[in-house]
Amino acid sequence: MPSILAASTAAASNTAPFTAPHVEWGKLSPMLIVLGAATMGVLVEAFAPRAARYRLQVGLTLLALAAAFAAVIALHDTPTSVAAAGAVAVDKTTLFFQGTILAISFIAVLVIAERRTEGGQDAFAAQGGSVPGSQQEREAVRAGWLTTEVYPLVLFSIGGMLLFPAANDLLTMFVALEVLSLPLYLVCGLARHRRLLSQEAALKYFLLGAFSSAFFLYGAALLYGYAGSVQLSNSDPHNPGIAQAVAAHAHGPALLYTGIALLGMGLLFKVGAAPFHMWTPDVYEGAPTPITGFMSAATKIAAFGALVRVLDVGLAGSVDVWRPVIEIVAILTMVVGGILALTQRNVKRMLAYSAILNAGYIIMALVSTGHDALASLLFFLPTYGIALVGSFAVVTLVRDAGGVEATDLSRWAGLGKSAPIPATLMSIFLLAFAGIPFTSIFVGKFAVFQAALAAGAPQLVIVAVLASAVAAFFYLRVIVVMFFSDPMPDGPTIANPSIAVKTALAVSALVTVAMGVAPAALLHLSNAAAVLAR
Amino acid sequence: MPPSTYAPVAATGVFTLTAWVVALPMIGAAILLLGGKRTNAWGHLLGCLAALGSFALGAVLFFSLLGKPGDARSYDQHVYTWIPVPGFSADAGFHLDQLSMTFVLLITGVGSLIHIYSVGYMAHDDNRRKFFAYLNLFLAAMLVLVLANNYLLLYAGWEGVGLASYLLIGFWQHKPSAAVAAKKAFIVNRVGDVGLSIAVMLMYTTFGGFAFTDVFNKAPGADRDTILGIGLMLLLGACAKSAQFPLQSWLLDAMEGPTPVSALIHAATMVTAGVYLIVRSHVIFDISPNARLLVTIVGAITLMMGAIIGCAKDDIKKALAGSTMSQIGYMVLGAGLGPIGYVFAIMHLVTHGFFKAGLFLGAGSVMHGMNDDVDMRHYGALRKYMPVTYVTFGLGYLAIIGCPPFSGFWSKDKIIEAAFAQGGTSGWVLGCTALLGALITAFYMTRVMLMTFFGEKRWVEDEQGHEAHPHESPKSMTIPMILLAVGSVFAGGLFSIGSSFANWLEPVTGRAEGHSPINTTVLSVITLVAVALGVGYAWRLYGTRTRPVPALAPAGSPLTRAARRDLYGDAFNEAAFMRTGQWLTRLLVYFDLRGVDGVVNGVAAGLGGSSSRFRRLQNGFVRSYALSMFGGAALLIAALLLVKA
Repeated sequence: MPSILAASTAAASNTAPFTAPHVEWGKLSPMLIVLGAATMGVLVEAFAPRAARYRLQVGLTLLALAAAFAAVIALHDTPTSVAAAGAVAVDKTTLFFQGTILAISFIAVLVIAERRTEGGQDAFAAQGGSVPGSQQEREAVRAGWLTTEVYPLVLFSIGGMLLFPAANDLLTMFVALEVLSLPLYLVCGLARHRRLLSQEAALKYFLLGAFSSAFFLYGAALLYGYAGSVQLSNSDPHNPGIAQAVAAHAHGPALLYTGIALLGMGLLFKVGAAPFHMWTPDVYEGAPTPITGFMSAATKIAAFGALVRVLDVGLAGSVDVWRPVIEIVAILTMVVGGILALTQRNVKRMLAYSAILNAGYIIMALVSTGHDALASLLFFLPTYGIALVGSFAVVTLVRDAGGVEATDLSRWAGLGKSAPIPATLMSIFLLAFAGIPFTSIFVGKFAVFQAALAAGAPQLVIVAVLASAVAAFFYLRVIVVMFFSDPMPDGPTIANPSIAVKTALAVSALVTVAMGVAPAALLHLSNAAAVLAR
Repeated sequence: MPPSTYAPVAATGVFTLTAWVVALPMIGAAILLLGGKRTNAWGHLLGCLAALGSFALGAVLFFSLLGKPGDARSYDQHVYTWIPVPGFSADAGFHLDQLSMTFVLLITGVGSLIHIYSVGYMAHDDNRRKFFAYLNLFLAAMLVLVLANNYLLLYAGWEGVGLASYLLIGFWQHKPSAAVAAKKAFIVNRVGDVGLSIAVMLMYTTFGGFAFTDVFNKAPGADRDTILGIGLMLLLGACAKSAQFPLQSWLLDAMEGPTPVSALIHAATMVTAGVYLIVRSHVIFDISPNARLLVTIVGAITLMMGAIIGCAKDDIKKALAGSTMSQIGYMVLGAGLGPIGYVFAIMHLVTHGFFKAGLFLGAGSVMHGMNDDVDMRHYGALRKYMPVTYVTFGLGYLAIIGCPPFSGFWSKDKIIEAAFAQGGTSGWVLGCTALLGALITAFYMTRVMLMTFFGEKRWVEDEQGHEAHPHESPKSMTIPMILLAVGSVFAGGLFSIGSSFANWLEPVTGRAEGHSPINTTVLSVITLVAVALGVGYAWRLYGTRTRPVPALAPAGSPLTRAARRDLYGDAFNEAAFMRTGQWLTRLLVYFDLRGVDGVVNGVAAGLGGSSSRFRRLQNGFVRSYALSMFGGAALLIAALLLVKA
């Protein structure tokens, strides 16, 4: 690469005055709205009286999400392009990811904002800084304080998620990764009950997240070393991006492949693929359940968006090299998720392993850089995400004495009799996870499996079908426990949630069924949206 | 004349209402099932409205169809595409033509009358709302079955009517006999459902699609053996649904359901679905004479079996059920004859829908007045007490035995004629069977008539000691009976004048004239003589005052005893399938315990064990998680460098 080095030296010696890059504010508006609202949320925290904060924050958050969604809709006809001096790709895929993240976040925030199930208290610690079990904590609880900082934190995280799948250069992508992750580490540690578990989860998540970020950054550095650019793609021949460099040298040096491996590891960590999955069960269990629902769905969608962007845009030229590795990761992820879920007795942990298993299905769709594979992935993500948010919302309702969630499976015995509606909703979500026809995920799996088959990876489909058979066992076991065993004498109570959570549950269940019965509209949308700015 | 090629045009204008014919009862069922107790007060009315609305739409479609020329009465309405992926299409779409139109009118027309009848019949039942929900569900499923424009959707409707039938036979599930009967119907139908599903899968692999357009237009060019296989599998499906030999055993037990159910599902509509399936798939059967031959044999055997069973039953509903089997045997026989029989099979199906539904409703009315007693030996002399029931039942009776000019005469006569017209030895055998069947039909129906409405009172007290007080049923029950009786009287004649029904259906099924070895007029006379013989013999046994009907059934001849036990249908099933099944199970259990279980448990234990072992890796320590991530990253690098090299 002496020519590239020479070019950059030449650019450095050029003493042309610095011109501000042209920023297309309109195309970035979904992200700007969310991040702007998050900043306003910080101001609310600083200036609004404590009593008014909850309403202000929730209103602001929902409004920002709705406005950003409207901005995505308004942008849907934008021609495929890169904005902000090549840092952000605005194409149909970006918009599809952003719309999905916003819609799912909206539903998740409805559940996060719930405070009726516990008599005016929400799922978060009264005062995050107080030591668990201390006098200070008791006073904060007695005073009825709420940690309303959660809402701006969640908004910042969503802002990062919106940027993550849109980032067209690795540095922007890294910034987005950190913006989405850091607030999540914090809110994970804010559970009201079992605070030590929650704080432990947050610390683990933070340490491992920082560890994987380092890998990502190192991978990005190696790729820069190889290509002389951090941009994934740049059609300007004087300033080629990674995609152009890869295309120019079909068999690049070890630098390229080491870079791909390290970068890929950072991203696979976020989607919870094996062998980088180990944080998922611990964090999912410890985090406040509404946050678990939010991050398991939205983070995963954003991270898959980034993976798609890196693999399909930046590294499409070396697909032959990374494809076998992705296949191995997919198989490993499905096997680990499916087998480990078998012995879980805790509903949240079971859902965590099920999330690993489903990540394996989605990774299957990455083995091809073709249009159909991307379209199937785009269909799968929103249907899966919405069912996940719904299922965690049900978990928030089942509570033991003292308001602690009853997450042990044995406590769910006979729920079908004592609380038929939550049990039925949970059954719908579980049947969807199990891939029963006429649920959305059946169609999603069908599309992904078919795409993998068309891409010439029958071995993946065989593993996936076997894993589905194993998975049916642990999904159906929950249904069996709920409907075919007798209620426990001192069984959990079922909280009567607010209208917001009821809406969230109803919408999730409705979408799950409707997308199974009449998926054509979403299939067409995901087909049309599978267009990347290369 | 061969049928016009199958090329439906997209539905426009009024024909886009087709989907609503199905949607109305479906919505009704959904509201009643999901609404729960809140809909108890008005549930039955909503059920009736949904059925009537569907019928009204059907009528609108019918008259619109009449306004089109004969070969332009074929419409397809695409409703939605389930999973639009390349190489596979599972569409929901409806096909309206003369054949499906006929069924729509029959199903919604008779269905509406039976809904209205049920308002009175089920008035004292706590679960009346649920009953109407199931009836609506049945209507919706049956309409999906006959209106589907592809075999996959047809299969969905097929399963739907099976479900509704199961729910309704077992409606009084507190009676063990009803619960068992429902289960039996379901299990026997599974056998047929497997047949139909195999046929559908064969169609997909052979023709690359489920749609009628694919199947009908590509069938003539397909491999003959495959076509025969598809035909036989379709026949297996039809046998179970239409209670044809050898899958007939469930229908008699199905009479445990409420009588309106017996009338609607197990006489007029659902059990005729097999005939619909064969006639709809006529393209398959047209090119496979062997499959057709088997269809006629099945029809002929069932025709005789049903008639013989009908002679021996003292339970009025079971006698009628035997008769249903027998009459459907006629239809299947007609359908098996090919283009010379299709239209008459359907014509008999429609007229039978009228008179058999009427007869069942009449039987229900009698039971209503007799404390739900079904034993005809406890009836007698009811004509004075239930005049409307007597007259309507009597008109249905005249129709079914084929007395001119009532409906059954026209349609049954045509099937007998077509059987002879088949020609050759098979023509003679089938024709004579059909003729003998007509004689026996006249005998057992006269027996039912005489034992119920004539002779001396043989009423008994019921278990609680209530005297029987036979009385005429309320208006909501008698009016449907009267309307059905009108159909029983006039439908056949209307259909036959100027061959109007045959001309109507001809563009769909095609029609051919056979060459009967006997002059048709002579044949009609012979048939009438046979009928008269049957009536006369029954009169001699049950009608004369000198020989009153014994209140307890006499021992009877071996044939009677066999017929009382459904010609050993259950005994045969038990010996042939249940016992061998049990032996097979025992054998399999043996192997299962020794061999398979070892493997299965091994796999399960292996999975569980590896799960526990993997779990140990999940030890909660960040340091070991980080180590495994590090190892994973190292592996990724190694793998990538390896692949590259």
